[in-house]
Amino acid sequence: MAAIAEPLGRARSRTYPQSGLLSYLTTVDHKKIGHVYIAASLFFFGVGGTEAFLMRLQLIRPGNTFISAATFNQLFTMHGTTMIFLAVMPFFIGFINSVVPLQIGARDVAFPRMNALSLWLFILGGLFLNSSWFLGGAPNAGWFNYAPISATAYNPGPGIDFYDLGLQLAGLGTLMTGVNFIATIVNMRAPGMSFMRMPLFTWTTLVTSVLILFAFPPLTVNLFLLMFDRLLGANFFNVTHGGNVLLWQNLFWIFGHPEVYILVLPAFGIFSEVFPTFSGKSLFGYDTMVWSIVAIGFLSFMVWTHHMFAVGMGPWVNSVFAITSMLIAVPTGVKIFNWIFTMWGGRVRFTTAQLFAVGFIPIFVIGGMTGVMLAAAPADLQFNNSYFVVAHMHYVMIGGSLFGILAGLHYWWPKITGKLMNETLGRWHFWLVFIGMNVVFMPMHFLGLLGMPRRVFTYSASLGPAVPILNQISTFGVVILIAGFLFLLWNIIWSFRRGEVAGPDPWDARTLEWSIPSPVPEYNFAAIPLVRGRDAWWVEKTEGNGELVAAKIPGAHNERGIHMPSPSWLPFVMALGLFVAAYGAIFGALPVIIVGLGTAVFCIYGFIVDNDKGYHVMPHGAVGEVGDK
Amino acid sequence: MSTKEVELTHDEQTPEERQAQSNRVLGFWIFLGGECAFFAALFGTYISLASNTLGGPSPSTLFDLPLTGVMTLLLLTSSLTMVYAFMQMERGNFASMKLWIWVTALLGLFFLEFQAYEFTNYWNSGLHFSTSAFGSAFYTLVGFHGLHVAFGVFWLLSLLTFSLKDGITPANTSKVWIAGLYWHFVDVVWVVIFTVVYLIGKVSIH
Repeated sequence: MAAIAEPLGRARSRTYPQSGLLSYLTTVDHKKIGHVYIAASLFFFGVGGTEAFLMRLQLIRPGNTFISAATFNQLFTMHGTTMIFLAVMPFFIGFINSVVPLQIGARDVAFPRMNALSLWLFILGGLFLNSSWFLGGAPNAGWFNYAPISATAYNPGPGIDFYDLGLQLAGLGTLMTGVNFIATIVNMRAPGMSFMRMPLFTWTTLVTSVLILFAFPPLTVNLFLLMFDRLLGANFFNVTHGGNVLLWQNLFWIFGHPEVYILVLPAFGIFSEVFPTFSGKSLFGYDTMVWSIVAIGFLSFMVWTHHMFAVGMGPWVNSVFAITSMLIAVPTGVKIFNWIFTMWGGRVRFTTAQLFAVGFIPIFVIGGMTGVMLAAAPADLQFNNSYFVVAHMHYVMIGGSLFGILAGLHYWWPKITGKLMNETLGRWHFWLVFIGMNVVFMPMHFLGLLGMPRRVFTYSASLGPAVPILNQISTFGVVILIAGFLFLLWNIIWSFRRGEVAGPDPWDARTLEWSIPSPVPEYNFAAIPLVRGRDAWWVEKTEGNGELVAAKIPGAHNERGIHMPSPSWLPFVMALGLFVAAYGAIFGALPVIIVGLGTAVFCIYGFIVDNDKGYHVMPHGAVGEVGDK
Repeated sequence: MSTKEVELTHDEQTPEERQAQSNRVLGFWIFLGGECAFFAALFGTYISLASNTLGGPSPSTLFDLPLTGVMTLLLLTSSLTMVYAFMQMERGNFASMKLWIWVTALLGLFFLEFQAYEFTNYWNSGLHFSTSAFGSAFYTLVGFHGLHVAFGVFWLLSLLTFSLKDGITPANTSKVWIAGLYWHFVDVVWVVIFTVVYLIGKVSIH
């Protein structure tokens, strides 16, 4: 037995499942929460990928009738919404949960129960959104759901309501994650871990959390306004009663553009961990890396109307926002060069994680270049609503976000599971995904320039002979991508069944998470470490004796063991209450809404009055482990 | 309990407990940052739609400044009584602290009653939620503020009834502190509402 648990106070009388699937419902352990985030994101990634595949099948030839226009609208809406809100963002949050407290030498996050609440709101919000397929039709107005297409007059079905309430649930969870990790990073760093010693993944988490904090409330408001319009007869977007449809667009993109950076900054953080580790060098230009993240975070709030160039805001507004949009290329370019210089002169090991990091550079640069093209407002009027935009966004989202996720997955997999993945399978996975994504999306640049509009369920043969051929190439590329992801699944199963035991530090890495056992014990660090430099673990390996130095913390009762928060049913039950209330709102059942909201309010009350004293565990191998107490 | 005793308990705290209290206060400040963005979006919505009255009641014909003036007075006074509660907490007077929190919650309840009266009045004067974009925006902005006040009252009452049983302990101090922080924040939002919605609406939007 690794640990002895001694419950304190009222926790003594409660019993909670300690292991197994059920323990995940009550867990407040950031690592377990991270596991669920990652598993659920993989599931939603499969859902979103299937939707994309169906769309590519429909577009394989002109005038195809495989999928109707109505279904196609639902598919592209749900593909975008699922990938952004339910796959990419929570995948990063999964890594953040699994790694950031370890990187700063903390035993937990600032608010463990709120962390669990975030998780369940995301999962139940995602399930709620996807249940729309079976309950009257999925949302069909695009992931940015423009009014008035989303108004009751043009969209009477429940799909938009599912979008609205589903994102409200998931968004609330994300907002709380943002609050939680700002507090964790600012307040819970181990002694010696100054801001300018923090690993880059922690830095990007901090900036991402700030973006979440200020970007999600405008989305919340926007979703409320739409809900009031649809369910209560308000007039925010109803022009005949004084409403304004541009209000939706502005509020949405004030959220939506920072959201793009929420989706890519954590990936930048992952690459900034992977490059130094597999190049055997410290990160080139740490300070400029930090400041360019901060600059990108700031600029991300200054560019939102570049999504609205075609609306007719006039040349002044368009010019200003074109310039701020192009400015973002500067700090991003700085980062690209710093990553390349990190590898320069290093002993580069091409593991799967490193392959994804290296592969990211050309793909992301292509996506960045088309981004600058789109930022030029006059040119944007030509590209607008064509497949060129689709190509651009997927080069950025796959090259940046997805490659970041896959690099992170292969990099931290041994830390999370304690087992290694198969590098040969990993290489097959990388090359198939790398080639496949180019085959799928490179032709889309030319399809856009040839005049093929995005979000239309079919196209005419009159666009020219090249258009069907390019579409076929693109659809064929999806097959390569699917093959690539089958290798990932194979690798995951292989690792669970036959993977070698990884040990604490399989990559000879640099940051604190590699100094502790894999998988990580529930208390993380047997003793809170003293951080003695940037790349804290590398410093101990090269300049110390290869072990962490324990920090002296005044008043720490080490003989009592390590204090842990108790598991709790409140987060799950509260999320469940809101989930039920959301169904009540969809079907206009007032009693269901009252029961659901009542449950949630009861749980809030529980949070306010609960005085959880937690319990203590003895770290494995500590002095006086058994019998002393 | 005297001041000295409070300090004594503070020394007995474990590092985890001190950490939890400092997390609570910092986390709440961060949350208020998000609340600022929330109300900023609501204010932006209101300002952009307030003049679209469609021949229905407009801000200048509708608003009753003496009534909202009294509401402002009530809420500002409740911030003062919350400060009194803090002062009593710092002096270690548990009973007086609880008394001032009761007064604060009560003033909040009075405010809500006035708001209910105000909304009923406007509703009867022909401004419904779906009358015009102004109507939707007004009830949404001011209503969300009212919901915040209601939640604040619920919070203070929960603290009084269940949470503070052990007297003035360090843990309870941070709980009262963040509840007070929330209460002051909601007050500040009301001051902006009073200015942007009522004062400016009375003189400039016809």
